[in-house]
Amino acid sequence: MSDLKYTNSDPDSHERDAIDAFVIDPPVRHEGERWVVSGLDRTHDSRHLLLPGLHLLQNLKGWISPGGLNYLAETLQIPAAEAYGVASFYDLFQLEEPEEGPLHHVCVDPVCAMGGSASYIQELRSNGDRVHESPCLGQCERPPGIFVQIKGDSNQDLTATTNIEPQFNSSSSNRLLRRFGTNEPVNLNSYKEHGGYQALGTAIELGGARVIEMLVESGLTGRGGAAFPTGIKWQSVADHLSAPKYVVANADESEPGTFKDRMILENDPFALIEAMTIAGLSTGCEKGWIYIRGEYATAAQRLSEAIAEAYSAQLLGNRIQGTSLTFDLEIRQGAGAYICGEETSLFNSIEGFRGEPRSKPPYPTDKGLFGRPTIVNNPETFLNVIEILNNGVDYYQSAGTPASPGTKLFCLSGDIARPGLYEAGFGIRLRELLSDAGGVDGDLQAILLGGAAGCFVGPEQLDLPLTFEDTKANDLTLGSGAVMVFSTKVNVPDVLGRLAEFFRNESCGQCVPCRIGTVRQHEVLLQIGADKANKDQLSLLHDIDTVMTDASICGLGQTAASAVRSAITLGLLGETRS
Amino acid sequence: MSDSLLTEVTVSINGATVSVAPGTTILEAAAIAGVEIPTLCWASNLTPANACRLCVVEMEESRTLVPACSRACEQGAVIHTESERIAVNRKMVLEFLDTTNDLTQSPELQELITRYEADSSRYTEPSKMQDDIKIEDDLFVRAYDRCVLCYKCVDACGDDAQFTFAISMAGRGFDTRVSTEFETPLPESACVYCGNCVGVCPTNALQFKKEFDLREAGQWQPEHQTTTETICSYCGVGCTLELHTQDNEIYKVTSPADHSVTAGHLCIKGRFGWQYVQPPTRRLSTPNISS
Ligand SMILES: Cc1cc2nc3c(=O)[nH]c(=O)nc-3n(C[C@H](O)[C@H](O)[C@H](O)COP(=O)(O)O)c2cc1C
Ligand code: SF4
Ligand code: SF4
Ligand code: SF4
Ligand code: FES
Repeated sequence: MSDLKYTNSDPDSHERDAIDAFVIDPPVRHEGERWVVSGLDRTHDSRHLLLPGLHLLQNLKGWISPGGLNYLAETLQIPAAEAYGVASFYDLFQLEEPEEGPLHHVCVDPVCAMGGSASYIQELRSNGDRVHESPCLGQCERPPGIFVQIKGDSNQDLTATTNIEPQFNSSSSNRLLRRFGTNEPVNLNSYKEHGGYQALGTAIELGGARVIEMLVESGLTGRGGAAFPTGIKWQSVADHLSAPKYVVANADESEPGTFKDRMILENDPFALIEAMTIAGLSTGCEKGWIYIRGEYATAAQRLSEAIAEAYSAQLLGNRIQGTSLTFDLEIRQGAGAYICGEETSLFNSIEGFRGEPRSKPPYPTDKGLFGRPTIVNNPETFLNVIEILNNGVDYYQSAGTPASPGTKLFCLSGDIARPGLYEAGFGIRLRELLSDAGGVDGDLQAILLGGAAGCFVGPEQLDLPLTFEDTKANDLTLGSGAVMVFSTKVNVPDVLGRLAEFFRNESCGQCVPCRIGTVRQHEVLLQIGADKANKDQLSLLHDIDTVMTDASICGLGQTAASAVRSAITLGLLGETRS
Repeated sequence: MSDSLLTEVTVSINGATVSVAPGTTILEAAAIAGVEIPTLCWASNLTPANACRLCVVEMEESRTLVPACSRACEQGAVIHTESERIAVNRKMVLEFLDTTNDLTQSPELQELITRYEADSSRYTEPSKMQDDIKIEDDLFVRAYDRCVLCYKCVDACGDDAQFTFAISMAGRGFDTRVSTEFETPLPESACVYCGNCVGVCPTNALQFKKEFDLREAGQWQPEHQTTTETICSYCGVGCTLELHTQDNEIYKVTSPADHSVTAGHLCIKGRFGWQYVQPPTRRLSTPNISS
């Protein structure tokens, strides 16, 4: 039937049955037919089942065997080498048969390292448990973050010892967090009682053009890091008239120190569903995808229950709320790769290719998922759309500054009295934010603002107003809203070493400046260790920074040196350059 | 007006004005203007992989440098292909490659290393791309310690030429390697031995077994080598072959990348089926007359 050739490794009966049950409608390839499988014109319609298929095999046997991979690839008509290339891209897929027992992923990034991950790992190991030292698991408010992969069972991101009380500031001025703690997260009625699905009604009444106009007027910008104007993004997709077009929620949240999207999905999943539906109806996209990081087990569970509920209430699917409009929603789970949060890498990941970023242009609004016009937004951005529709542009702008209107979610972690999620109007000073969270635990040494891809801020910069314009003017970034607090007890060179190791491990490897630059940066930092950096080391770090920032393909490489650069400027590593 | 509606776009390259068809890359426009830009992962017969970043140039108003090989010319763009900033970036890319790979068989890269004054001695014990050399058959070897992950072989094996998809990038980050599924040896994989991957490899990571043997035996003598063009004698397509010989013995067969029939790509017969030209015992030169 096909001209693809597979090795002789066969699946066992469990693998065969599971895949047969999963791929209900296998693609048929005719003699001599060649499917275009790269570039942006990808016509192979079932290839997107590769990633969930790999999850299935991994869960079934605790690893992906050559026979299982062969059978999945052949069923989906994907070359085996390419399927292997995809499987080997992700941390959560094992390609060699492991020992028995669950695999415990424990976060070793700076905040969890301060929060006792080393002793927890030691405890697990002395019990004979399997441990993988993981990058940030997005549980920084309750260190150490942990995620357990269990063969034949659901994975877990909560353990018996996890403090499951969501940590957030409950305040009457909260907007995005207004339902947190008062609603039942996966109960549609509870969501409606708290104002849910009014915004969708308003959007249908106003029509797409007016909805987009309101977003443009509001000045809403993306909360995923790049601060791109949301209204303009939606308008560009609405301007493309031919179907299909897609809406994507980027819930891959893996920026160290960031846990807001997990909290949104766990505590208010319907809000994301409603906002994505509004996006779909307003811009003519009939299908949405939610890409959620593979380690967010509880969030994914709640979200899929909420989606099922929305379908049974005809709030998803055909004829939404009595209109003639259709909007479908599908979840995809990542499998342990920070880079898949980069929007084009995320598209490749959904499509069943390696999560390597594409070069831009073309931009997602022109050629995104499956090469089609696509809106991709962060969950926090989506929640703001509901606020704007429910309360109007003026109310939205009554918080924040003219250039950064509205509110922002900040993730506070590290040496702070009450770590957790805080909502504040843009323009709040760093000092106020820290005091809202009960103040620094110890003497403040530095704050890492914006995550691993962000910058260090010293105690003398506490009056910085947290806005896009003020951070930019100071060569800083708000990034994802991570605020990691380090007291003088913390050894900054260790933190820098770990951040550099994070980028080294998470680089997709596609381009030379980042694939090798992240390794060289880590090596130089290890050589410096606790010593003062010498002139040659600083000049090498500077040159590595230059090429990563200037010549990398995507934002990962372009920001992989920013924390180190800011630490050098603050004198946290050897002499300053000036 | 949106660029897509134009029939021609005009850019400035190092001060010279060039008008080209929409979709023309900066690299192609520069060639028209007589400006040379170094490349590594780009090839005229493959889709740009955009991975090595050696070809980066400055485009005014762009925050970062842009890759000349794959970035299309935008109306009114002002481009500079040589500057202090570009030189530092190219030098760093070269230092990164030189500290990671064995580049001793890449004369073009050696030249660039000298031109951009790349200095690998400033790195202390850099991690390297290490891999045992793979000798699995008599046709070609794979020495991935020389591999710069340019994607050329993967694309040639895939939908740029061969459509066999025997190899892919596997792993992630610094551990990325070109690989078959589960590192299956090539003879058991989907490989059909067209050798198109060998034909495009810029660093000799993939090389003909014959060439490898000569080098290993210390008998590699470039001054004794010549190239002869001929037509493949197997089928009616008529691919042009370039026979690379040392002292009249074939060690490699290629086809010109700009050739209208092959675009540089061949099949197993033309690429490897030349042993009959040089049988172990001499060819008959007079008829054998039975008595
Ligand atoms: C390495 C990298 C990781 C990223 N991770 C995320 C992420 O986890 N979530 C997210 O929303 N955006 C992430 N982004 C930004 C996205 O590419 C994209 O800009 C964003 O999803 C757009 O949504 P917004 O306009 O609502 O911010 C990442 C970017 C890079 C370069
Ligand atoms: S910058 Fe890094 S993550 Fe981004 S494409 Fe290049 S290698 Fe991949
Ligand atoms: S010889 Fe041909 S089929 Fe085999 S790996 Fe190389 S390009 Fe692919
Ligand atoms: S083996 Fe050669 S062609 Fe293939 S990626 Fe490596 S350097 Fe490029
Ligand atoms: S030649 Fe342009 S990126 Fe390699």
